[in-house]
Amino acid sequence: MTVPQPPLLSLQAVSKRYGAVKANSGIDLAVDSGSIHAILGENGAGKSTLMKLIYGVETPDEGRILWKGQPVTLSSPADARRLGIGMVFQHFSLFETLSVVQNIALIVPGSQKALAARIRALGAEFGLTVDPEAMVHTLSVGERQRVEIIRCLLLNPELLILDEPTSVLPPQSVLRLFHTLRALQAKGMAILFISHKLEEIKALCDTATILRGGQVTGRLTPRDHSAAALATLMIGRAMPPPMPATTHARGEARLQLSGLTYRNDDPFGVSLSDLSLTVHSGEIVGIAGISGNGQQELAALISGEIGQPPSQRDTIRLNGQPVGHAGVAARRRMGFAFVPEERLGRGAVPDMSLGDNALLTAHGRGLVTKGFISRQAERHFSTDCIARFDVRTPGPEAEAGALSGGNLQKFIMGREIMLDPGMLLVAQPTWGVDIGAATDIRQRLIEMRNAGAAILVISEELEELFQICDRLHVLHKGALSPSLPVATTTVEQVGAHMIGAGAAVPVTA
Amino acid sequence: MRLALIRRDRASRRAMVLAPVLAFGLSILASLALFAVLGKSPGLALYALLLEPFLTWYNFSEVLLKMAPLLLIAQGLAIGFRANVFNIGAEGQLVMGAIGASAFPVFFPEATSGLMLPAMLLTGAASGMVWAGIAALFRTRFNANEILVTLMLTLISVQVLNYLLLGPWKDPKGFNFPQSVRFPDAALLPILLPGTRVTIALLFALAASGLAHVLMRHRFSGFQLLVAGLAPRAASYAGFSARRAIWVSLLLGGLAAGLAGAAEVAGPLGQLQRSVSTGYGYSAIIVAYLGGLNPIGIVVSAFVMAAISIGGDNAMVTADLPVAAVWVFQGLLLTFYLCGLTFIRHRVVLERAKPRARP
Amino acid sequence: MNAVDFILAGMLAAATPMLLAALGELVVERSGVLNLGLEGIMALGASLGFIVAHGTQNHALGFAAAAGGGVAISLIFAVVVLGFAANQVAAGLAIGILGTGLSSLFGKAYESRTIDGLPKLALPLLSDLPVVGPTLFTQDIVVWLTLLVAVALWAALNHSRLGLIIRAVGENPHAARAIGFRVLRVRCAAIAFGGAMAGIAGAYASTVYTPLWADGMIAGRGWIALALVVFGTWAAGRIVFGALLFGALSLGELTTQAAGVNIPSQVLACVPYVVTILMLAAISSNRRRMRLNTIASLGQPFSR
Repeated sequence: MTVPQPPLLSLQAVSKRYGAVKANSGIDLAVDSGSIHAILGENGAGKSTLMKLIYGVETPDEGRILWKGQPVTLSSPADARRLGIGMVFQHFSLFETLSVVQNIALIVPGSQKALAARIRALGAEFGLTVDPEAMVHTLSVGERQRVEIIRCLLLNPELLILDEPTSVLPPQSVLRLFHTLRALQAKGMAILFISHKLEEIKALCDTATILRGGQVTGRLTPRDHSAAALATLMIGRAMPPPMPATTHARGEARLQLSGLTYRNDDPFGVSLSDLSLTVHSGEIVGIAGISGNGQQELAALISGEIGQPPSQRDTIRLNGQPVGHAGVAARRRMGFAFVPEERLGRGAVPDMSLGDNALLTAHGRGLVTKGFISRQAERHFSTDCIARFDVRTPGPEAEAGALSGGNLQKFIMGREIMLDPGMLLVAQPTWGVDIGAATDIRQRLIEMRNAGAAILVISEELEELFQICDRLHVLHKGALSPSLPVATTTVEQVGAHMIGAGAAVPVTA
Repeated sequence: MRLALIRRDRASRRAMVLAPVLAFGLSILASLALFAVLGKSPGLALYALLLEPFLTWYNFSEVLLKMAPLLLIAQGLAIGFRANVFNIGAEGQLVMGAIGASAFPVFFPEATSGLMLPAMLLTGAASGMVWAGIAALFRTRFNANEILVTLMLTLISVQVLNYLLLGPWKDPKGFNFPQSVRFPDAALLPILLPGTRVTIALLFALAASGLAHVLMRHRFSGFQLLVAGLAPRAASYAGFSARRAIWVSLLLGGLAAGLAGAAEVAGPLGQLQRSVSTGYGYSAIIVAYLGGLNPIGIVVSAFVMAAISIGGDNAMVTADLPVAAVWVFQGLLLTFYLCGLTFIRHRVVLERAKPRARP
Repeated sequence: MNAVDFILAGMLAAATPMLLAALGELVVERSGVLNLGLEGIMALGASLGFIVAHGTQNHALGFAAAAGGGVAISLIFAVVVLGFAANQVAAGLAIGILGTGLSSLFGKAYESRTIDGLPKLALPLLSDLPVVGPTLFTQDIVVWLTLLVAVALWAALNHSRLGLIIRAVGENPHAARAIGFRVLRVRCAAIAFGGAMAGIAGAYASTVYTPLWADGMIAGRGWIALALVVFGTWAAGRIVFGALLFGALSLGELTTQAAGVNIPSQVLACVPYVVTILMLAAISSNRRRMRLNTIASLGQPFSR
């Protein structure tokens, strides 16, 4: 029997509110040295806020934080780093116009030359190789994550926080990351692993604290519980059953890309080479792949936001008509609709009412006559959209910026669906959306397909694509894999394409 | 201690009204303090700036006279500002409008045709549009920042004016003063209020305000400009052309400023002279912001700014203040107003530096 | 003195006011803030610098007063754009108008008075070079210090931790905050530095270069300084090059007149402005280059 040691980090009744929203309330948490501790919760459960409190980005309104049994005040991330806490952010805290070593020199003391040597050494030890002199904007998402991890490790932390680290990795690299994390654990480091993916947590973590609505709803050993039990604690009810896989008769081709090539002038962007795909009426086609492999460029090319010269007119066809050179408005008039991945600032104007946001793309639906806006028609359309798509908001006068992510996504999705498009493009339909809303959104897409629409879904979530798609392609470094029928394709095969090794795995077509 | 901004659920109407009023009050206090430091009498300055413009019918009519160009230009500029197109060279567009309009009376000084005046106004407006159009071309074609281009074009326009007045357009009988011939009656705008210098340009400005209101509140094309300003990527997503927004903004701004320039030479000046450029183009920027970039608000702010400007002229005599005092006041006014504007969408809280709040 | 000697001798001094202001603005913009009020801050610096230098017969005190005035007025700007997160374009214009007004107000009693400039220092060795030596390398101390500041800024922005922090804050303030940098504090310091530099720039124009006080004497140099930051695509070395070009251009008017070429003076006066527009177009139309160098958060208010 040894003397019980205080946990490395403990939180006691910690609360944090933003305006009227209580992001964390009465959180108790204890993390032991040498353990991998999961924080499990769905989008909006308060995981990120909790991590910001631990890393000193925010300070709690109530409660206290203890480090090795001693109460501490973390008034900035520098304080946290001094204690020995490191954090790897989900949306990295790296600077694209600086080199790797400059990014690291921002918070790690030492000359750039000495740091470069240490970066190489550390990379070799933990399988985190990266060129110290490379500019960050030239790195892939996976490499950027390595830079973030290295930056933390160079400060010899005792606790490493990782916020949704696997969302940017293909399945194979996830295993590699787990390997690295276990090696760190073996050296005595504690790891806080934030995720909403149940299987990963079961595979990696020793303990899990489950959050729902800003409160702790469970503490357990994940290996001892089924995924279904974890899910129930996470969302407060049983996980919605997967939608029945139905096959559907597909009709004529609505969207055809043939040899679409795009040389990107933007040094921070991705170029696309020789993309071909077809989406038919009555089918959902998915584009899988880690963000940053050309998804944004592909979506903007299909929507017309990136214009092409007339010589490229045949590379994109809508309903058989060449539109490669056509503008956004022209494509929309041909029955094309689009739900972009950025809701605020692109899919909707934050400082405008929902009514005015309806006008954004639904102006052709009788909302404008002879150039004059009909406020009555605008209100009618937006009220209808709010009701039909279960958008929780006081009404059409509410500003888009005041809505939660999930509600705004439902509004934008509803607005585009009400345009009755023959061809719908949806990018990252459930990013940052809670599970209830996500299930709802997926259900709508399937209904639309069954009604004969052609749908192209770009998503990082493989699970989601496997649930709703008939076929999928993988986008990697600006190139598309062949079409993979979902029914006969495995996650591993898709994963191989995500790292550009598709040919190595035989595909059963 | 630090200022923390907490976003309101919706824009506060109370703050919208209070912001300009408070800004006005604070600017007066600050300027009076400054004048006192400089050894001028704050009481006299206050009297001259705020009361004198309203004490005589003549002074009041001069306020209306100044209001016309300020209002006209500000309506044009505000449309662009709302679309995030920053035309700060209205002064140059006004000068070019004045030059364009003056071409007719300079070349036909004896003319009596009724077509003279319409031709002058049209050419003036067109000249302003061309001058602003250069900036639009450079922005859309070469991605050149319109703030700097319109400003440089203003500096150039003043040299063009100097060249003409010292050279080819100088009145041969003008005792070598840098000014053109006096315009014939056919080249002068009708007087609106008998016994004053107020011309029908004031009606143009009011009509422009009405049109601007319809455009920004009821027209889909105005909505497109608003979206371009608030969320450029949403505009691109919805298929609203960014180029079009830039062209429309700059051309409307140039049109209004050019017309204002034409109305100056065809109105109170009666000839082309250097004093056509007295800073209306810059003051109008302040007028536009102070009016909340809202066509109705701008009518109020144009009136207030015109009164201050007349008050400033009086203060030179009454309180021995230099003309620059008006610029100081206007600068303070816009500064305070911009601070006040924040309260419309945010609550501003002064936080004590406890452990540490948010940066 | 022939035209070439005249330009070689004068262009560094002519470039210095624009260069000082542009180097200050470089730091401000690198931190993500656009201060369009340079013209007015320079004017304020010019009048304060002149008044103090005239009264004390001490140039250093004049520069100190100008720097102080520049810091004071830019801190007002900082409160508006940082504390109240106001529109930076409008706030810059407001500060510009305020600065211009204050400079005329303070300077009114000094209209057209003159003072003595600063003695020229010949750089050892370099000033012995044939042709360019006695002209190009014989300048007053402020010119040399300004070039030194340019080198120091280049080094700081690329190699020092402080410089990296300023760049980080300018590129992505949210990420900078997440790893613990106080965005508003960094920006405030940058704004104050830019204000001091612009104040000094104005004082150089009024107490060394001209050296006299006249209302409106800054004559667009603040705006050209803003354009210089864009020409230089936010790099100190290229800004120096651009400033020298404009220094030489601004002397063109005098040289062509001296050479007896018959061009209206107004046309020559326009040359720097026209060149500004053309250079702006030439640099900005290279979208790839602009994208690589533009400050990502430039002009956007930051709140939490």
